[in-house]
Amino acid sequence: MASKTLYSQRDPMLKRDGFEDILEERRNSSDLKYALRCYAPVLYKGVTPCKANMLKNIVLQSDQLHYVINKVSQESGKAPDIIQEEASVILEEMAHRLQISTVRFFAFALTKAFKTLFQHVCVNEEGIQRLQQAIQEHPVVLLPSHRSYMDFLLMSYILYTYDLALPVIAAGMDFMGMKFVGEMLRMSGAFFIRRSFGGDKLYWAVFSEYVKTMLRNGFAPIEFFLEGTRSRTCKSLTPKLGLLNIVIEPFFKGEVFDVNLVPVSISYERILEESLYARELLGVPKPKESTSGLLKARRILSEDYGSIHVYFGQPVSVRSLAQGKVNRSKYNLFPRHIPRKPMEETQSFVNDTAYRIVRLQEDNMVLKPWVLMASLLLQNLEGLELSVLTEQTVWLRGLALSYAAFLDWPDHAPTAKVVSSSLALHRGLACVSGGRVSLVVGEPLGPVTPEEALFNRAVSVLSCASYRNQVLHVFLRPAMLAVAMHTAASSKKNDVYNCFSFLWDMFSNDFILCPGDTVQDFEEACYLLVKTGAVQMPQQDIVMTDIGQPTLSFFNGLLEPFLQGYQVVCRYFCEEASEGLTEKQYIPAVRSFAVKLILAGNLRCYEVLSSDMQKNALAALLRMDAVTKVKVADQVTLIVNKMAVNSIDNILGGKLPTQKAVLARL
Amino acid sequence: MASNSNSSERQRIAQQRLRIIAAHLHKHEDGNSGIIAKECKIDATGSTEENKGTVPRKRQEIMKWNGWGYSDSKFLFNKKGQAEFTGKRYRLSGMTLPSLQDWFENTFGASVKHKSPATPVLNVSAVPPPRLNEAFVENLKATGIPFSNEAEDRVFRAHGHCLHEIFALREGKTFERVPDMVVWPNCHNDVVKIVELACKHNVCLIPYGGGTSVTSALECPPEETRCIVSLDTSQMNRILWIDEKNLVAHVEAGIIGQDLERLLNERGYCTGHEPDSMEFSSLGGWVATRASGMKKNVYGNIEDLVIHIKAVTPRGVMEKSCQGPRMSTGPDIHHFILGSEGTLGVVTEVTMKIRPIPEYQKYGSVVFPNFEAGVACLREVAKQRCAPASIRLMDNKQFHFGHALKPQVSSIFTHFVEGLKKFYITKLKGFDPHQLVVATLLFEGDRERVLQHEKQVYDIAATFGGLAAGEDNGQRGYILTFVIAYLRDLGMDYCVVAESFETSVPWDRVLDLCQNVKERIIRECREKGVQFQPLTSCRVTQTYDSGACVYFYFAFNYRGLVDPVHTYQQVEHAAREEILANGGSLSHHHGVGKLRKEWMKDSISKVGVGMLKSVKEYVDPENIFGNRNLL
Repeated sequence: MASKTLYSQRDPMLKRDGFEDILEERRNSSDLKYALRCYAPVLYKGVTPCKANMLKNIVLQSDQLHYVINKVSQESGKAPDIIQEEASVILEEMAHRLQISTVRFFAFALTKAFKTLFQHVCVNEEGIQRLQQAIQEHPVVLLPSHRSYMDFLLMSYILYTYDLALPVIAAGMDFMGMKFVGEMLRMSGAFFIRRSFGGDKLYWAVFSEYVKTMLRNGFAPIEFFLEGTRSRTCKSLTPKLGLLNIVIEPFFKGEVFDVNLVPVSISYERILEESLYARELLGVPKPKESTSGLLKARRILSEDYGSIHVYFGQPVSVRSLAQGKVNRSKYNLFPRHIPRKPMEETQSFVNDTAYRIVRLQEDNMVLKPWVLMASLLLQNLEGLELSVLTEQTVWLRGLALSYAAFLDWPDHAPTAKVVSSSLALHRGLACVSGGRVSLVVGEPLGPVTPEEALFNRAVSVLSCASYRNQVLHVFLRPAMLAVAMHTAASSKKNDVYNCFSFLWDMFSNDFILCPGDTVQDFEEACYLLVKTGAVQMPQQDIVMTDIGQPTLSFFNGLLEPFLQGYQVVCRYFCEEASEGLTEKQYIPAVRSFAVKLILAGNLRCYEVLSSDMQKNALAALLRMDAVTKVKVADQVTLIVNKMAVNSIDNILGGKLPTQKAVLARL
Repeated sequence: MASNSNSSERQRIAQQRLRIIAAHLHKHEDGNSGIIAKECKIDATGSTEENKGTVPRKRQEIMKWNGWGYSDSKFLFNKKGQAEFTGKRYRLSGMTLPSLQDWFENTFGASVKHKSPATPVLNVSAVPPPRLNEAFVENLKATGIPFSNEAEDRVFRAHGHCLHEIFALREGKTFERVPDMVVWPNCHNDVVKIVELACKHNVCLIPYGGGTSVTSALECPPEETRCIVSLDTSQMNRILWIDEKNLVAHVEAGIIGQDLERLLNERGYCTGHEPDSMEFSSLGGWVATRASGMKKNVYGNIEDLVIHIKAVTPRGVMEKSCQGPRMSTGPDIHHFILGSEGTLGVVTEVTMKIRPIPEYQKYGSVVFPNFEAGVACLREVAKQRCAPASIRLMDNKQFHFGHALKPQVSSIFTHFVEGLKKFYITKLKGFDPHQLVVATLLFEGDRERVLQHEKQVYDIAATFGGLAAGEDNGQRGYILTFVIAYLRDLGMDYCVVAESFETSVPWDRVLDLCQNVKERIIRECREKGVQFQPLTSCRVTQTYDSGACVYFYFAFNYRGLVDPVHTYQQVEHAAREEILANGGSLSHHHGVGKLRKEWMKDSISKVGVGMLKSVKEYVDPENIFGNRNLL
């Protein structure tokens, strides 16, 4: 069967490395000695490390930058040396000043912090060995997942521990707000980029040349977050392509033989920012990064955050990926120092690569038992018996394993013990009372309005959802198939596929679905559901088996919040949205619409209050042309095609077959 | 002017020039062959007397049938394990090369104990029998043009000097298809007759000049069912006239490089066209492949040297009506023939520029701390347009290779001086012996100007950290080019296969291209199961205003491989892909042949290929010139 081969092609996760706890040694030896030990990493082809100042000079004197400086000078009428000066200032603001003494300080301080915060920090050492090999052979780009502020300190910490070259890390400018800390981070290898510099040619030129110079010369591995920002939901975010474009281009231009991309999956058993994220999603603005804020975070130090797993994936060779996809000789006809928009072929290659890497990150995310329990709890918001929860968790564990989830289930421990210790670690989220397990709702201080109560509850639901979200990538495809089977007009494979394809399209902002992979994903889903005996496919039909009911209903329940959430957004557009609704007003408006529905008892889905879901739903409607953006003056207004939105709503609710939706879109 | 000035001075210059050529080529025994300015002997006398050129009809009498060059000249490891070069023709002839064995064994992991000797004689019975076109043979006999269908003659013309061709011969394998007969026209009119007969009897013609092709251009298409006739131009080797007023000579296209230079030198002239293969390659071959000579900076490449071409095609004879130095008469028809690789017709006569022999010649060399500095210097030299007649930059590997070819030092004093030089460069100047590279230079002109020029170039070199390293090193670099092909045969005696390939590339991509191609070769070798680290080396051999010609050497020890030639071909293919992806051209001067046909469409566009096809269709609709090169 074709689907089998397709699936096994991307099935590397079945062979995964084991982990070593790097804190273990720290607990038994001197931290100071560790921070001061000899550190002499091997670099790319044995190059000597380049001083930060020398690097700046190379960038400022590059042909690439000179070209842009002259161009900007012609356009603005300013003298080239003034522009050159501006470039120098930009670079000064951006550049890292990696200093081994600062790194040693962090090595010391982080060891202390990690030992109190975490039980274990586990790293796959085989991945480290592969990385070491890769660093010597090719320029390396480290691409970690991003779910916490901790991520990049943690990365540098690990590389220091293993005597590997320290990376230079692209960080958002917002860190610079924290005066002292910003400089500390800079001295530990961070370089800072503005969040938006769309039209600023000079900025872009300085930035891209800076990154490329480091890459071409192999002075240090480059590290950045493909997702662009921390994921507040613990779902992987759709990748941003800017930096990836920059690091891949030197390969296409023949400036380097190859570039190795190394996906790194960082899984936290408990995320430091857990409830912070939930509040942020609910519209409580995120606290501005400030040093005092960070100090307040000291409170955090008294809690147990379980363990961290860091998995360094197989290095991905850009050269091999691009084989047969991008014709490099097309770069022959333009001078290499003149910046150009990437060709279409390249763009789609980079996009594809980015998705592939994020999926590799997902594949190697370590899942804890609690993630499974959270998925079950969210389908039973009213709570459920501890024994039932235990039993279902065991069942779900089997399902997850048969779908190749990277589950870290304690060996030889009785299930009850596993469940209870998970509950203990996450006592802030769930509690057991009278043999029933239910979500904890933060105790309000003083009298509360119904809205406040609602928000408190939403915080727990969203916090809990951030754990369920971690397992979504394992179940996503079969779950979409389960929903498709549920809503499709018949059990004909074609009908089911149409529904599946619609959902796939609809949810492609919420989940990592590689562009163009609809058919492959569908076949993968069929294969998995057939493999686990939930579905059979006689001839051209897809039907549930006798034993398929629990699996399919779990999957339907898993995606239910997303289906409902999107429907609420659709209903908002049909029923409430006023003429001249601006993009800015959209989120608060949907939120209050949903709050109204929940208070009136017409809606029980709290997840729709998440701004993440609201944004993704809007993006989907925009993509499907049911809503369009119009720029009036400096306001962006949303124009709603109510017919189209309404039919999408109906399809999501299973009231309309998919075919008609397609027509409505036209 | 030149023609009337005192001839003894001219004679003196000619003598000097001859010595120079003889020094880096070979000693020519036959001193009295002059310029023959008479009509085709066949027409005049009806006789078929032998010409006085270097190349006899029976090439195998003086040349190897399964290797490069003259039968009497070859490298071997003697009983003491020392390398020596046999024969008397070259400067290295008769010398021992004490460091070659060590270099050879260390570089390739090879051993003189592991021999892979060649089949000693051609197995005539394995050669496919000739498929003769009787009517064509009858008609040909009537013309009196000599021909042969002996196996040795036919096999000799069934190949060029690609690795796979020579390897097959050494292994005693014969080619699937070889020419069915060989004809030796003596003049233009003979060629006209042969082409007419070929058209009349539908016979396939494959022109053969010096046989030095490295693009599979001489291989007979296996699918060709007609009688294949190899048209060997070697006997059309006379200079028909010299016009000293306009400084041009009219020459038969079968003449080989060394004869052309020798004969012109006797009259005080030279063409200055010196491709590395000039000992054996022919004028017609240069035209047909767009050859390039090492001194092109002074004299130009073949397309700059040619004033007039006479070519015989199935449609008739193509030539221009005058010898104006430049014309605006639509696209230059010479350019249909230049690079046509024998697909349109045979070049029979060429008028080309000549120059008086330069008064003074001086070799030189510069050592640079690394390849990057060397390339930067060559770029600057090109920018200032002050390139000497030849300037070449060898990478570190080739530098060591060159040193391995140093003959036994005769005196303790030379040894001492060499040691001092080495000490000065590596210790005092701090050059890393594993990084440093050397540029070799050749200056030509009147003495005064050469010295001035030399200073200018050395001054530029100094700004890139270059140190003058003496004439001797420079000259050795050029000797290397003439013996390198012989060295490949030595390698093949000991399980090492080697080949060279070239490209041209814009200046800004030279370094990246060199590095990436080398890395690709190393990686492909590893992936294809080559057990030993391959040798990859390159040099920049020509400079232009906007770019350079880069020449790669690639060799590996094939012990443990089932099909070394196939492995070799896969690696070379990958290397060419890498070149193209890095902005290099499909070829700078070797041509396309059949080896690189697959990339033509990408190289010159579909429309470009269509244009060439339509020319072929008009000129040769029956595909008489059926070697199937290029398209």
